[in-house]
Amino acid sequence: MNKQFEPVIVGFLCNWCSYRAADLAGTARIHYAPNMRPIRVMCSGRVDPQFVLKALREGADGVMIAGCHPGECHYVEGNIKTLRRFILLKKMLAQLGIEDERVQLIWASASEGIILAEAVNRMTEQIRALGPLNWQEKVLGGGNGHGHPAVIEPAQEAEEVLYD
Amino acid sequence: MTENAKPKLAMYWASSCGGCEISILNIHEKILIVDEVFDIAFFPCIADFKTKDVKGYPDGYIDVCLFNGAIRNSENEEMAHLLRQKSKVLVAYGSCSYEGCIPALSNLTTKQATLDTVFLDNPTIDNPEGILPQPRYEVPEGELELPVFYNTVKSLDQVVDVDYYLPGCPPEPPQIWAVLEIVVAALLEGAPLPPKGAIVGARDVAVCEECPLEKHEKTINRFYRPYEIIPEPGLCLLEQGLVCVGPATRAGCGALCPQVGMSCRGCYGPLDDVEDQGAKMLSAIASVIGVGDPSMEEDELEREIQAVVDTIPDPAGTFYRFSMAHSLLRRANLNGGNGKGEAK
Ligand code: SF4
Ligand code: SF4
Ligand code: SF4
Repeated sequence: MNKQFEPVIVGFLCNWCSYRAADLAGTARIHYAPNMRPIRVMCSGRVDPQFVLKALREGADGVMIAGCHPGECHYVEGNIKTLRRFILLKKMLAQLGIEDERVQLIWASASEGIILAEAVNRMTEQIRALGPLNWQEKVLGGGNGHGHPAVIEPAQEAEEVLYD
Repeated sequence: MTENAKPKLAMYWASSCGGCEISILNIHEKILIVDEVFDIAFFPCIADFKTKDVKGYPDGYIDVCLFNGAIRNSENEEMAHLLRQKSKVLVAYGSCSYEGCIPALSNLTTKQATLDTVFLDNPTIDNPEGILPQPRYEVPEGELELPVFYNTVKSLDQVVDVDYYLPGCPPEPPQIWAVLEIVVAALLEGAPLPPKGAIVGARDVAVCEECPLEKHEKTINRFYRPYEIIPEPGLCLLEQGLVCVGPATRAGCGALCPQVGMSCRGCYGPLDDVEDQGAKMLSAIASVIGVGDPSMEEDELEREIQAVVDTIPDPAGTFYRFSMAHSLLRRANLNGGNGKGEAK
């Protein structure tokens, strides 16, 4: 009965390299884990850290950002900006208790379908080993809590956390 | 006008520092106008009212309640519900109530760790029996109760419906007065109130917009903490490597802090349409990092950027100093990772 946990990975793939790498992996019939849900962005530099946080909060178990190798960016330096942001984001995510493997940045050029496929396989196994993130339930205990959220039942937490 | 016909004003502190109450007094002689226009119905900081007085009021009896402080324990939450029920207009007053503020930084750690620090581990603590506060305690005279201390600090709008938000830690006097004027005009002359949910007493531009310091292109090779350098006067602080949250913060204060050489901490919260102030600030900081160019080898590139990032010791605490409770993730995950808010 033990069904294997299938992680959900949201993938932000850049239009010029990594999305094409994913396309190539498809046309070349490379078999790889079906766990990544690709979203095409024009450049990996378009990935606002809010996208990553939102994906994690809304149920993703991991986020992959994929772009062109440094030096090969269609917009010259977009991916360098991505890298600066990513390194800072990783430091902050560690403080928020999000394991290193859950958010990854990879470089895959349009011809590197195999590299993209291997990265997806590797990341899927790493996250499978960590288990589900399930932020809403496990961390927020079901309460939404953003903006003008649904009103949380009074003293709901009081019952949950009365220390004994 | 008879005494009873005056609109009723309340101000309450939940998990707060008291600064918000003081900020009301900061409107100076205009406080006399407040007194003239309103009847104080509840204001524990300055007048002797009891919770049971509030419980005795009919629903909606209080015209305006300024609620400051975050929701940190069960008493804060009960008072939020009570005052919501008894007030026509409930205002989340100040950063704690609006978005968690300093109290919500403890969402980066656990309740247990907070209690341990406060009651057991601090060097000045003398508590050999390791006594911690208990929600219920038997004494010969009967049972004593203390509020339950929550693991997660919430903003006011995470426990009750809120009509308006007045940002700032604390809100600045001109803004407070502007808001009170709107309310008074509405109550006395039937002028329209702002739409429900509005953030009042602030603008929808960044603090940088109001900041008179001179700005150039920014390329930073290392960041400094405030004690590490004396900034050049007249020049943008972020440009000098001080982490200034001005680019990701709503204006309204008149850029008070950068004008005196202290970088903006972000107390007016995010701009409209920004869900997560910390993420916005993270992007702004990353975009001024000056090292790394496309010709470098991949590991060299990573090493160089990492070295700059390492000069920011506490990104979560810095970027979410005021908005942790309202952030997308709201708190640290304690099931995995270190969950202690410590940067690696
Ligand atoms: S918003 Fe600032 S001044 Fe007001 S109670 Fe909170 S910490 Fe104090
Ligand atoms: S000092 Fe801060 S608020 Fe002023 S312009 Fe620079 S970044 Fe903006
Ligand atoms: S400059 Fe920033 S921290 Fe200072 S009062 Fe204004 S918003 Fe708050």
